[in-house]
Order: sequence, then C-alpha cells, then structure tokens
Amino acid sequence: MPYKFLEHKADVKFLASGSTIERAFKASAMALQETMTKGAGVKSTQEREIDVQGDDFESLLYHFLEEFLFLLDAESFLFSEVKEIKINPVEFKLHAVVSGDDAVNYQISNDVKAITYNDMFVKHDKNGWQCLVVVDV
Amino acid sequence: MTKTAGSAWLSWMCKMSELKKVSDFEWVIPKTGAMKVPGKIFANEKLLEGIGQDMTLKQIINVATLPGIIRESVAMPDAHQGYGFSIGGVAAFDMEKGIITPGGVGFDINCGVRILATDIPIEEMKKKVKEVLHDITRSVPSGVGRGHKEKLTVQVLDEVLKKGAKWAVEQGCGVKDDLERCEEYGCIENANPDYVSQRAKSRGLPQLGTLGSGNHFLEIQNVTDVFDEKIAKIFGIKKGRAVLMIHCGSRGLGHQVASDYIELMEKKYGHANLPDRELVNAPVNSELGKKYLSAMNCAVNFAFCNRQLITHYVREVLKSHFPNNKNSLVYDVCHNIAKIEEHIIEGVKKTVCVHRKGATRSFGPGRIEIPAVYREFGQPVIIPGSMGTASYLLVGTKRAEEIAFGSTAHGAGRVMSRTAALSDLRGEQVKKMLNDKGIDVEAGSMKGLAEEAPEVYKDIDEVIKVSEAVGLTRKVARLKPVAVMKG
Repeated sequence: MPYKFLEHKADVKFLASGSTIERAFKASAMALQETMTKGAGVKSTQEREIDVQGDDFESLLYHFLEEFLFLLDAESFLFSEVKEIKINPVEFKLHAVVSGDDAVNYQISNDVKAITYNDMFVKHDKNGWQCLVVVDV
Repeated sequence: MTKTAGSAWLSWMCKMSELKKVSDFEWVIPKTGAMKVPGKIFANEKLLEGIGQDMTLKQIINVATLPGIIRESVAMPDAHQGYGFSIGGVAAFDMEKGIITPGGVGFDINCGVRILATDIPIEEMKKKVKEVLHDITRSVPSGVGRGHKEKLTVQVLDEVLKKGAKWAVEQGCGVKDDLERCEEYGCIENANPDYVSQRAKSRGLPQLGTLGSGNHFLEIQNVTDVFDEKIAKIFGIKKGRAVLMIHCGSRGLGHQVASDYIELMEKKYGHANLPDRELVNAPVNSELGKKYLSAMNCAVNFAFCNRQLITHYVREVLKSHFPNNKNSLVYDVCHNIAKIEEHIIEGVKKTVCVHRKGATRSFGPGRIEIPAVYREFGQPVIIPGSMGTASYLLVGTKRAEEIAFGSTAHGAGRVMSRTAALSDLRGEQVKKMLNDKGIDVEAGSMKGLAEEAPEVYKDIDEVIKVSEAVGLTRKVARLKPVAVMKG
C-alpha cells in the first residue's frame, strides 16, 4: 500500500502518498484502517457516504479521517475500502463512498482516540501528493 | 544555588535547553524568549534522560509562553511527549488574563483510575482467578466496535453528562459511599449537555460502561506492601487482600468534545501566533472558554459514570464467586482534566484554572475537596504502573500544593514507541512473560498486548521514588497484579 508508518513514541504516525490528492487521501484512510485493525481483512457488506468540508487540505483530511472514527463509535461500522472519492480542491469539499462491515465481527486492537494536527501536512510536488498524519491512540 | 549536571549527556542537554539543576530531583528551565514563566521538571537524572529524548522539554517551554500562566510550567516525573502540553504537564492560569486549552487536558478527558478494596484473601482469589477474570472479561465489554449493555437514549445520556457516577448510583449501580469516595464526588458541577455536540453524543451513546482499549485496563491486584498502616486502614486496604483497579476514561464522547473545541477555538482565535497548533486556546473567561469547560465537565461526568458502571459489573462477578465478600471503593481520581481551584499564589489565596494532563491531583490534609473520611490524612492518590507491573496507592501532601498546584505523577510514562514495541515484542511473548510472573491475562488482541508491554514504560518505582523524594505524595501501599484484562 502507498503508506508507511513512522517512528513515534506515544502514538501512531504515517506518511501516505498518491499521484493524485484523491489517491493520497485514500491511502491515508487505509493507513488509519490498518492502525485500527492491525491488518485484519475487513469484508465489504455495507456502504456509507462521506461528505466533509475543510478550510484547507489539512483540515479536509482531518475531517475525512475523523469520519471513520465517528462511524465506528456511533454506528459500529468498520470500513474496508474507499470505493469512490472526489475532492473539490477549490472549496475543500470531499465526497466519498466507502464500504465495510459491522465492527462486532472483528478484533479492533487500537482504539484511535482522535486525528491530530500534530506535524500534519498535505504536500504536492513533482512526485505527487503526500499526507503526514499522527493519530492519538 | 544552581548546579550543572554531572554526565556528559546531561550537561549537553542542560546547555541545549539551559536546564538548571536545583536539587537531585528538581530542574528549572529559566525564562527566556517568549516564556512568561520558567519551566520546572521533577525528575532524577535517570528519568530526565528519557524526558530529554523527545519533545517534552520544548513542550514545557511552549506552555510557559501561554497568556496568564502562573508561576511555572511544571512537568511531573513521568513526563513524556504529548500534544500541546506534554503528558505529565501541569499549569495554572489566571482567571482574568489566562486561557483554557484542550491541549492541556488531552483527548481522553477524565481518563482516570479507581481502586475497589475487598476483604478477599489473595490466596482465595488465586484459586479462582482464571474464572473470575474470564467472567469479568465477559461482563465488562471492551466496547471497541462492540455493543454495550445499557440501552440509552439521548435524553438519558444528557442526565449522565450532568450527573456522572451519581446517575449510575441512582439506577442501583452502586452505593452512596461510592460517590463520597470520588474526586468531585463523582459528579462535577457546571456541566451543560447543550454544549456537547450531537456528534459527540452519538459516539458516546453505545460506549457507556465499556473499558476501551489502548492503555486502559482492569486488574486484580494483591496488596503486597503497606507503608502506612494507619492510613491504609482508613482507606480500607490490608496486606494480602485482593483489590481491583479500573483504568478508563470518557471514550469517544470525550475524544469528540476535544476535537470539536479545538476546531471552534481555531476558527475563533486562530493558531498563527502559537508555538504549536495543538495549544489552541480561548480566554478562560470568554464565552467559548466557558463553553469548553462546561462540555469538558460533561465528558468528565461520562467517565465517572463509566467507571461506576464497570465497578458495578465487577461487583456482580465478585458476588457470584465470593458471595459473602465485602468491598468498598477506596477512591477515584482524574488524570486528564482542567479545573477551577483555589491555590495560594505568592501568599494570597487565588482562584485559578489548573490543567493536569497526565497528572493526578494530590491535595494535602484539610482541603475541603477531600471526602470527610479522608480529610485529615490527605487525598488518596492512585498511580497505576504499566500493565502487569506494580501500582501504588498514595496520599497527597501540602508540599504538592505549594510547589505543583497540588499535583503529582499519573503513571509510568512511555519510553518505547508502539512501532518499536511491535517489532521487538510479540503479544504471545508478553503473555507468556506475564504468565511466568504468575499474572493471568485476557486481551482483546495480541498486538494490542505487545504495544502495552511493561518494557515500553518507565520504571514505576523510579517515578514513585522521585514523587516521594520531592514530597508530591507519600506512599501508602504497593499493589501487584495477579490478573489483567486489557481491552
């Protein structure tokens, strides 16, 4: 997967990348999923739509990722993959369709408490897009 | 008179941060640049070496630059890197000129710990410990993506947010004495559920009465040492008897309250002038500052209620195995909180806003906040070790009030990252190691177990040694686990 975990003493830090911003956001979501499930294969039995808005790319990413924590806690929905994702880079709006399964069917080893702005960036250069995220676990 | 530290490494660190040694257990970062007050660290050289290896010192300095900070930006012996404040960071702010910040409380609002004392001899407990642990694991949901027992409506949740543990006791889950023996009597005032978002409530609804994962745990422990017989007796603690320790917080509800108010404060006050975006704040007397305090208090009550419900489930299990056992709550302390308290500042009694992030209140004898039964001895302080290592029951001091705004350490403090823990340790190994020490384990996941292995934390005995040497607390009893449930 186009993401890697970096050293962080107390929490979990990852760098996700992609040729487009959509791909980099999708990779960030998958890194979050691995953090929560430690790689347990999650089935796609149901879908959810995500619509979020930010003030910049960082806050858009923050809100996008936070939505997965919300869906898990409030609706017991553990996501498997991002089926569709569309980002409006002018208005910082995101629409996504994600699939997943009822969380009761899985062992979740890390209760991710929050997404943080700590060291966060969303960068673009000639190699594509990169997102750095630290999550509080 | 300040001295410079001995070892080469320490002297390098002292030079880099201008750290000055005041005594073997006290270090000062002098006020420079944008700092409004100096920094203060309670640590010995061994602990300081760990503290110097991450962003902790920088975070202590950052906190010292915040408006209205009083006297010192303080770090406890178990300090390590956090968001905004370091974990183990304590700071008090002026009520007129000062601020309140979610970065000084943390995401897990009122993450805390309580001890339930029993009259069950540890030998009796050991005979059935596997069954007891198994039943506790079945009756206390870890709650991560799992259902819970209480079917709540939003209206009922609002009651929980206002009443805390009191709500649970009203439902028959506990006795009146339980409330007497909690910080804030298990129900902090000034908690208006209207200031908690629907989103936070939706996350909290399915999670009441659940333990959570990460560093949260429930342990059956043995009282191995009693250091102060008189106070131990008052606390209901006796050598060789089983006690239960419950460590958890406000779950998704608290996390969302923190996230919501970080965003609201960023929108209203911005973060451009801050040394760290995670220190976003609001004046403590502003409308937003007051709303955050009230919403945070709701999360505090949620956590109190959570621990009370878990206590109730544990009691039911104990009753099924030991029908005649007697048990009583020793105390319940908050580790992540901001509070309005009275402190003596430069000889004058003053109301201030104290932030304790990964720190325990440690009031000395006589404070009105301490339950009447304990008041003449000081407030009970509970400092859990890492999973599977010793924990301590202690008592607060006047000295802590004088030098640390009535605060002390809260635990062992991390020294190894989760990624390093996973590459060095396997859950199965950790389980075997604990079993070899005579500790039974039930864990939600093996990887989660490896991440919380005792090796990744500082030595709890070292933390306690420093806390006691400085006079922040006095030891009452040492508790060693015989069984661990990890969410």
